[in-house]
Amino acid sequence: MQPSLFPAAVPQTFTVSKLTFHIRKLLEENEVLQDVWVQGEISNLSRPASGHVYFTLKDANASLKCVMWKTSAARLNLPLRDGLEVEVHGKIGVYEPQGQYQLYADQIRPVGEGALYQEFMRLKAMLEAEGLFDPERKRNIPELPHRIGIVTSATGAALRDMLNTLRRRLPIVEVILAPSPVQGTEAPSALVKAIDALDRRQLDVIIIARGGGSIEDLWAFNDERVVRAVADAMTPIICGVGHETDFTLCDFAADLRAPTPTAAAELATQITILDLQAELQTYQTRLASSILSLIAEQNVSLSSLISQLRYLSPARLIQSERQRVDELSRRGFMSVAYRVNLQKKFLEGAQKRLEALSPLAVLARGYAVVTRKADGGVVSRVAQASEEMKIRVSDGEFEVRK
Amino acid sequence: MPKSSAKKTEKKVEDLSYEEALAELEQIVSALENEQSQLEEAIKLFERGQALAARCGVLLEAAELKVKQVVGEDVVAFEEESE
Repeated sequence: MQPSLFPAAVPQTFTVSKLTFHIRKLLEENEVLQDVWVQGEISNLSRPASGHVYFTLKDANASLKCVMWKTSAARLNLPLRDGLEVEVHGKIGVYEPQGQYQLYADQIRPVGEGALYQEFMRLKAMLEAEGLFDPERKRNIPELPHRIGIVTSATGAALRDMLNTLRRRLPIVEVILAPSPVQGTEAPSALVKAIDALDRRQLDVIIIARGGGSIEDLWAFNDERVVRAVADAMTPIICGVGHETDFTLCDFAADLRAPTPTAAAELATQITILDLQAELQTYQTRLASSILSLIAEQNVSLSSLISQLRYLSPARLIQSERQRVDELSRRGFMSVAYRVNLQKKFLEGAQKRLEALSPLAVLARGYAVVTRKADGGVVSRVAQASEEMKIRVSDGEFEVRK
Repeated sequence: MPKSSAKKTEKKVEDLSYEEALAELEQIVSALENEQSQLEEAIKLFERGQALAARCGVLLEAAELKVKQVVGEDVVAFEEESE
């Protein structure tokens, strides 16, 4: 038989430990008590060196011991103090040594935050239905802005962080600041004015930013007027409100959401000065290599022109002309020599024929030439004869009388 | 005949902003790479390109973030609080 704490009939005595254990089990098995929000005023706040936080939550009629362990306490973004009206989330448990039930708290928020959250959800649904958050409405963030607008508090750490980030990443940009309170009742209308003022100045991008805070601190960025101003702006807008996990409606309406102001400044400067320096280096290299290759090209065409020119040079022509002259002069000489020779032969023949006609040769054969002594005239007919005549024979002459 | 870069009145390199100098440098580089320019003209372009690159380098080196603030309808210098 299973042992039972409360057997039906027999009254029994328990140890304190057993009873307390039983009570603890009862509480810890109750789902409502394990996930509960409790509202009340903080009192007896104690924060020992251990880092855990102890306090009592009370209202007019009751009080509840609360403990928050160090790990949860570190995430608190609300300064606790006695008298503060808060809502605490946690689970009910039992501290057995003192027989005390208590709330093990893991979140604390100001009273009213729950109502704000509901309002947030309502507004978000409404603007979403209107299409204010549609992805196709999003404008591209320019990679290399020249002028960046910033809407934030002129005195906050957010501005300093962003300016430092911009100075480090892209110091050639110009920043136009439209200072505006970022919390309080003035904030929404001031933010709208600041956004409009920058939107009219044709900047490349606008950053809307503020550091982290409670949902109430960030509430201006959930204001319908501000959200609409962000959605309606012509200029691309980066929203960097809060810290990592805080989302505001401006984040949804903006063209780009950044987890922190510093991240917003980084997203606004996708191209940094290092990229620009590298780009410049590339252009310098391309500039140098293009002129070098152009010069090399010119060199190649120059040398090809030189060889063409050499080929077409008149030197070759002159040489061939010279050869022709040589040839002609050789042929001229030959023809003159031939003619001289011919003349010589003709002359020899003529001489021979002349010799054959010589009268001496006739005389030698016995003929004689008769001439008149007085006038030397040749006597070839009888009538020509005179008293005294000369007779010429082959070896001399003598006179005769008729 | 290839169209060489139009003869617009060239601004002095020292008067150009970073964007203007870079844009012209970009144009010169692609002209030199893609167009058949006369050598003399190419060398002129190259020298202009070198001057532009130097101008860009100087501007990047000396860049200091300019911060202004909107006051009403005006934009005035913004005094950052010292840290």
